[in-house]
Amino acid sequence: MTTTSDATATVQVYRVYIKATPEAIWDAITKPEWTEKYGYGGRAEYDLRPGGGYRVAATEAMVAQGAEMGFGVPEVMVDGEVVESEPPRRLVQTWRLLMMPPETAEEGFTRLTWEIEAIPGGATKLTVTHDLMGAPNTAALVSGARESEGAGGGWSWILSDLKSLLETGKPLAG
Amino acid sequence: MTEDGRVFKALADPTRRLLLDLLFARDGRTLGELEAGVEVAMTRFGVMKHLRVLEEAGLVVTRRSGREKLHFLNPVPIRLIHDRWIDKYTERQVSALADLKAELEENV
Repeated sequence: MTTTSDATATVQVYRVYIKATPEAIWDAITKPEWTEKYGYGGRAEYDLRPGGGYRVAATEAMVAQGAEMGFGVPEVMVDGEVVESEPPRRLVQTWRLLMMPPETAEEGFTRLTWEIEAIPGGATKLTVTHDLMGAPNTAALVSGARESEGAGGGWSWILSDLKSLLETGKPLAG
Repeated sequence: MTEDGRVFKALADPTRRLLLDLLFARDGRTLGELEAGVEVAMTRFGVMKHLRVLEEAGLVVTRRSGREKLHFLNPVPIRLIHDRWIDKYTERQVSALADLKAELEENV
């Protein structure tokens, strides 16, 4: 798949409905023991107050796998700062991808908004809005446009996996 | 109707698929821009109706930006169907066929 212009759009919006409580979804986003179970599997560490730090640490398994595939996995894969934290409804943060090559790190911080809203019937609506102004390389990666190169499926894949984990107790195979 | 059912129904219509393709090419468009992109003669009301079906299926998410209402493609429902149906049964065959189709069409 070639990188199409969608990947360079400034704002990307993702929405998924999950049969879980807002609190469970909040924990799955903000607690390392949850974030290592789905998506790319890094351990997210949040200091949940405005100006607080955010980082995603690589697990030992990821470092080992990176070495096997011939690329270095940095100890901190993503970093940023908390802008607003309103558990379990809304989290605004900055977000910078530090993976090698440095083409995404050089683009600097992007802005990520998580909105969690209970809807009638016991499900919860999770909306992820990623403002990628001036960050086309990061945008291509998080859109999943480079999945065929082994870069993973981006937010769609992460959220699909999160839904699977919270609804069935298991992430998607693979 | 189930979540999957709404997605399949939304995808069953060529105008709605075209609207998704327009958003895939460039995301975050207004109704007016989408209307201009739908080349067949269609009223604004017709385009709105199709966008509503896409929104109900979760394939389009709207956001306000100042006075404008922008439409965004939400790829997650398609990913869920992919993970639920395509991956499970047929991914290898489907991608082989998709490759073959792309190759054949390139040579036309």
